[in-house]
Amino acid sequence: MPDIVLDLDFALGHYNYWMFVILMMTGLYVTVSRGNLIKKIVGLNLFQTSVFMLYISMGKIIGGTAPILTGDPDTVYSNPLPHVLILTAIVVGIATTALALALVIRISETLGTVEEDDILKMEHEMDFGVRKPGGGSR
Amino acid sequence: MSADLLGIAIIDILLFTFLVVTAIAIMHLRNLFAVVMLAGVFSLLSASLFVTLDAVDVAFTEAAVGAGISTVLMLGTLALTVREEKKPAHSVFLPVLVCLVAGAALIYGTLDMPAFGSADAPIHLHVAPAYIERTPIDTGVPNIVTAVLASYRGYDTLGETAVIFTAAIAVLLLLGAGIRQSGKDGGKE
Repeated sequence: MPDIVLDLDFALGHYNYWMFVILMMTGLYVTVSRGNLIKKIVGLNLFQTSVFMLYISMGKIIGGTAPILTGDPDTVYSNPLPHVLILTAIVVGIATTALALALVIRISETLGTVEEDDILKMEHEMDFGVRKPGGGSR
Repeated sequence: MSADLLGIAIIDILLFTFLVVTAIAIMHLRNLFAVVMLAGVFSLLSASLFVTLDAVDVAFTEAAVGAGISTVLMLGTLALTVREEKKPAHSVFLPVLVCLVAGAALIYGTLDMPAFGSADAPIHLHVAPAYIERTPIDTGVPNIVTAVLASYRGYDTLGETAVIFTAAIAVLLLLGAGIRQSGKDGGKE
């Protein structure tokens, strides 16, 4: 395996997939480590867009062209099916983003904060009527 | 083959470098206005990447929806909430560990994938050639993506529209209820 990994063709042929993993993990990290709800949503969007990159990368054929018919029988087309899937995913993604942002606005109106730590603290006070010792939960 | 691959690889490496820099900046910045603007930049860069990967329909949808509508929605949210993120209180050790382990597992998974751009990858051998071959005969639409989206998988697109409709109703209910409540008794429950 190590001699394959050092191969330049192999590295070029998998570069897109590795970069997608890095971007996706950045998105995951922003989502799980940041307490601000708006930043969590931005992190989710990063995560989502990197998944799109993986799918579109898989559909590409070197020397191919965009899947719009040219009339020339020798034309090689890139795979159109991932494109269709991802079009749907982008549109559903904006729907979930809009819903999440509406929830953030409601949370901010009701509790006056969009920080996860503050929200958890307030919930604890509502449930038990006392301030939690030490502050941060989890 | 190799010259083509090299040309695409250079553009790819450039765009991915920009994307990674943008993502890291989003991770570090605490000014939410800057974060939202960088998210728009990220979407636009990924749209450029989609153009180089032959996905022109996806590229303009991503540019319009990801860089346009979603930035507008986020700016609207910022106007109604806060502009600055608080410093995170708890340690980042566990999230970093989770991301590293998940990333390592995913990279291990990519080692078995067919090389980028190879025409004989399994994805190109199953139903895709049939769609490309039959689109002009069945539908007469020159754009295969449009033909699959609106003709072959028209009911799926109808389902997608139902998802957007549901989300729009939920957003209106959430925000409409808030306005009525704060108008009646000053936002206090």
